Amino acid sequence: MSDLMKLTLSGARDALRAGQTTAVELTEASLAAVTASKPLNAFVHDTSEIARAQAVAADIRIQAGGAPDMCGLPIGMKDLFCTKGVTTQAASAILKGFIPEYESTVSKKLFDAGAVMVGKLNMDEFAMGSSNETSTYGNAVNPWKVDDRELAPGGSSGGSAAAVAAETCLAATGTDTGGSIRQPAAFTGITGIKPTYGRCSRWGIVAFASSLDQAGPITKDVRDSAIMLEAMCGFDPKDSTSMNMSVPNFEAALTGDVRGKTIGIPKEYRVDGMPDTLEHLWSEGTAMLRDAGAIVKDISLPHTKYALPAYYVIAPAEASSNLARYDGVRFGHRAKLAAGDGITEMYEKTRAEGFGAEVQRRVMVGTYVLSAGFYDAYYNRARRVRALIKKDFDDVFSAGVDAILTPSTPSAAFGLGEMVDADPVQMYLFDVFTVTVNLAGLPAISVPAGLDSKGLPLGLQLIGRPWEEGDLLNTAFALEKALKFNSKPNQWWL
Amino acid sequence: MLIDTKMAARVAKLARIRVDAADLPALAQEFTNILGFIEQLNEVNVEGIEPMTSVTPQRLFRREDVVNDGNQQVAVLSNAPDAREGFFAVPMVVE
Repeated sequence: MSDLMKLTLSGARDALRAGQTTAVELTEASLAAVTASKPLNAFVHDTSEIARAQAVAADIRIQAGGAPDMCGLPIGMKDLFCTKGVTTQAASAILKGFIPEYESTVSKKLFDAGAVMVGKLNMDEFAMGSSNETSTYGNAVNPWKVDDRELAPGGSSGGSAAAVAAETCLAATGTDTGGSIRQPAAFTGITGIKPTYGRCSRWGIVAFASSLDQAGPITKDVRDSAIMLEAMCGFDPKDSTSMNMSVPNFEAALTGDVRGKTIGIPKEYRVDGMPDTLEHLWSEGTAMLRDAGAIVKDISLPHTKYALPAYYVIAPAEASSNLARYDGVRFGHRAKLAAGDGITEMYEKTRAEGFGAEVQRRVMVGTYVLSAGFYDAYYNRARRVRALIKKDFDDVFSAGVDAILTPSTPSAAFGLGEMVDADPVQMYLFDVFTVTVNLAGLPAISVPAGLDSKGLPLGLQLIGRPWEEGDLLNTAFALEKALKFNSKPNQWWL
Repeated sequence: MLIDTKMAARVAKLARIRVDAADLPALAQEFTNILGFIEQLNEVNVEGIEPMTSVTPQRLFRREDVVNDGNQQVAVLSNAPDAREGFFAVPMVVE
């Protein structure tokens, strides 16, 4: 495999500027790696023709001078982003054959910046899942392997994480509704950031839970996250929840200086059954930030325990409303009808055939909690609890905390199929450290911290103040420098 | 909350998802488990707390009420499972 794919975004950007490589060379190296990565099932739609044309255009732009940072850099695109003229299915059978007539704002911004799309990436169906096992394309596979088992890459952005960890592309887009960027990044030993709610436009991203969904990058390191996030962010009049605020230069914020910053360590994130190695890495990360000059403070986020149950009311409720549009009329799959079937049968058969089991379950739970007689008891109560969860964070931030350090996930990656017979609630527990952040609309990043006793990567999460992604990225940069994580998976799939 | 097969069937109907009668008991059990998990929320004192509608304290962005797009009939219909004479076609709704 070409050494070009070992580059980071920043390394490739600098190599392009120095004339050491070209966008065409990088793109060919990436497309070859994509083809060779079939056993990982990370890429689900071929966009090589588009990539080659984008690369040629990027080289012209780079030669002319003044090209944006992302220009000529090969990235993967999660299948949740509508890409004009390119099949977009949100990994669902109900959107089989859907070819958008428009471009999502985030993918447009990346293309305007010159990024090269080498393919669309696998994910959990409608981003509902924590293992990439609910996809209509089949499982994506974690590039990390320590025994004969194939491991889950996490989810929902499992294809994005697998593709970047396997070095088939330099970075990928992801989306995060309850941890779908940070959990797969942690499971695959790479970096992923979810920005503040409202930073990235949601326009053209297939909706799951609109008050929680945010796009963000999955990258090899913190600097790359800074570069790619900046290209993805910005006000968009087409998304009414998009924040009209200028986007700072995130890379310029990476000084590595955290002297005088206050880092909160929440006691509620110490859960039963947490592996010793994870606990140890968490303490080590804390000590590293202290050694770098930060002030470490024990804090309490008392409503943490209620985040998952609140999430599993609010997210399904919003999903049941958002997914009402899949009715077999305007786009996607329509069931074959029997003689005498009317419109209701068309809806019911179409949705039964088109939605997978987890999506059906969540749509129905959402329908139940919004139905007459239960709306107050479930939905309104969950929204009240959500307000308390946000207040927990507001309180610690106003007490002077700059960032909060936690584990990203309660354990390392599990084997594909191992959770199939488990109660759905068991799978939901993998999001225990990440959902609080979506409920409170905060930015958070996962950085790879070390390996567990079996040799699988574990991540640490930093949660920042709203709109202060630059400061958060800088703290993550300091942590990354101290942790010195540099393990990579063996390329068993080649 | 114990969900019985009758309630499971009602929810499936409201969600417009066809569920075979044979699958209803398992579905009802799953709902019961998930709602049991959700019921932890009853432990929280939410008195005087307003339900959250938006995490950011901003008013939703509003654009001017003007026509800014249109004449997209071909694009709009391009993904329809059944489009005829410029319309989406569906089974007969009104006799």
